Amino acid sequence: MQTVHAVPPQPDSLPVLEERAEILRHEAVNGEYRLMQVAAPAQAKLARAGQFFHLLCPQDDALKPFFRRPMSIYAIDAEGGRISFLYKVTGTGTKALAKLAIGERLDMLGPLGIGFSLPRGKAPIVILARGVGLATLAPLVGLAQSEGHAVTAILSARSPDLLMSVEETRAAGADAITVTDAQGNSDTGHVASLLDDLHQQGRMGALYACGSNRLLKLAQEHATRHGLFGEVAMEQQMACGLGMCFCCVRAFREGDATVHRRVCCEGPVFPLEEALGW
Amino acid sequence: MVDLSVDIGALRLANPVMPASGTFAHELAQVFDVDRLGALVIKTVTADKRIGNPTPRVAEVAGGMLNSIGIPCKGPQHFLDETVPLYRAFKAPLVASISANTPDEFARLCEMVSVPGVTAIEVNISCPNIEDDGRAFAMRPEPTLAVMRKLRAASDLPLWAKLTPNAGEIQEVAQAAEQGGADALVVANTILAMSIDITTRKPSLGKVMGGLSGPAVKPIILRMAYQCARSVAIPVIGCGGIMNAEDAIEYMLAGCSAVQVGTATFIHPSAMLSVIDGIEAWCAQNGVARVRDIIGDLAQAGDEGARNWGADMSAEKPKSGKPGEMNWEGVA
Repeated sequence: MQTVHAVPPQPDSLPVLEERAEILRHEAVNGEYRLMQVAAPAQAKLARAGQFFHLLCPQDDALKPFFRRPMSIYAIDAEGGRISFLYKVTGTGTKALAKLAIGERLDMLGPLGIGFSLPRGKAPIVILARGVGLATLAPLVGLAQSEGHAVTAILSARSPDLLMSVEETRAAGADAITVTDAQGNSDTGHVASLLDDLHQQGRMGALYACGSNRLLKLAQEHATRHGLFGEVAMEQQMACGLGMCFCCVRAFREGDATVHRRVCCEGPVFPLEEALGW
Repeated sequence: MVDLSVDIGALRLANPVMPASGTFAHELAQVFDVDRLGALVIKTVTADKRIGNPTPRVAEVAGGMLNSIGIPCKGPQHFLDETVPLYRAFKAPLVASISANTPDEFARLCEMVSVPGVTAIEVNISCPNIEDDGRAFAMRPEPTLAVMRKLRAASDLPLWAKLTPNAGEIQEVAQAAEQGGADALVVANTILAMSIDITTRKPSLGKVMGGLSGPAVKPIILRMAYQCARSVAIPVIGCGGIMNAEDAIEYMLAGCSAVQVGTATFIHPSAMLSVIDGIEAWCAQNGVARVRDIIGDLAQAGDEGARNWGADMSAEKPKSGKPGEMNWEGVA
């Protein structure tokens, strides 16, 4: 079932659909994260890397999440009509979500928000991802490669078993560099030297970050030093997901001023240099 | 074919369903055809530019949510230059919502937003978030009367007074608003509330306290809307926990001429359309040709326990210290 509504009067707005998507796959990928793939043909055609869906988590006797939960897109299969999510079970909403069985349906609102944009020309890009960023930045790899940008992804995690989308990144033709706390090579000093090397090799024409404040700061320093285009994907608690309630604000730098912007509709992807903290 | 039109004073609405202030913006037009709504009540405009409250600004609780958004606002000039022209693209009448910190500031703002393109003004004399731990004009009758008189003098547009459920005797505040010149009442804003995360021992909201809304408040606000509708001659617009058409019909039977839907939109963005369609279907099934015929059409209970709770103003008001007159059994 899907609802398609009247053409909106704002020329800059995109249609937002509410679909009851069928769960096709739903499984643990490691000790913390779960992969969920759904059939959502109309939404998959509209979705862009960096956008999110607002999910109505199922309610049962024990768990009654009231709000929807925003979730970034892990993979888009426009032709196959499929959307995938990669999420960590942390609270009421994700606990409820984790109970969905294959064949059940999930009420999804979206796609929502502003996705990633690419630098001019065919500039090679570098991705800095950790935690949820491993999911959020994953669809950027395919998007950038398809537009002719070489991609290097630095994927960071606490331990090697918590690294995700390494094989997918390499399969998409990108270079994946993994760093972990357990191996002692995920510190900013080492990642900074990786970035310096990539820049010297001419492989860093733009920077993208998500999932870690340390990596955000590092990306900002390097982007500023070399005058590079960059973007960051942000998270914030949301209620409406559409821009009406103003609960999901974060602080951004705008010239000399600090302003609030709504992560849901003015983001979740923002210019790298304007973010004040992840 | 059911006639869904209702009258709010001199203003006729195509149907009785409209958004509650703060839960609607033009962004919703991405999701459904907002021209189907009875009116468009938009986010409160304040006299000054405001950044809003610290995050977290919302929290979910059993059967609803808390909010302490704090009315972030770009000021009245932005409203006049950007917002009013933007809403010319829509068919339903635009209802501005305003709030201010003093009666004079309120009146100046009211005059300022009384411009072509604005059909009515909802005067938010109740927002519990602004300052002073949520105390507001509409907490008591006297300041309500004073501010409504100033507002009445400042504008010829219909004025809808949005009341707070945090008042002690809401029907007295309702009468004060009517006496002060309100054309309609909106009953009501959110209920001042809080919650605590016992893991972190922190309040769930950055501002500690906030407004409770959603299904959890419906029976309370329905009772207040009933009391207000019985206490004044002007129309009452019900607003509290309406999630579906059945809830809206309850409010209309209690005496409301129209309803506002708020929190439901956050869960189902097209909830207002479901309410409109559901009201129409209910009327058709029940042989109601005009929805306005059900306003206040409440079948009398055998022993109306609510009488001594202030619902019937012709009855003698209960005196404190005499619980025997309160008819406790009648409401149990």
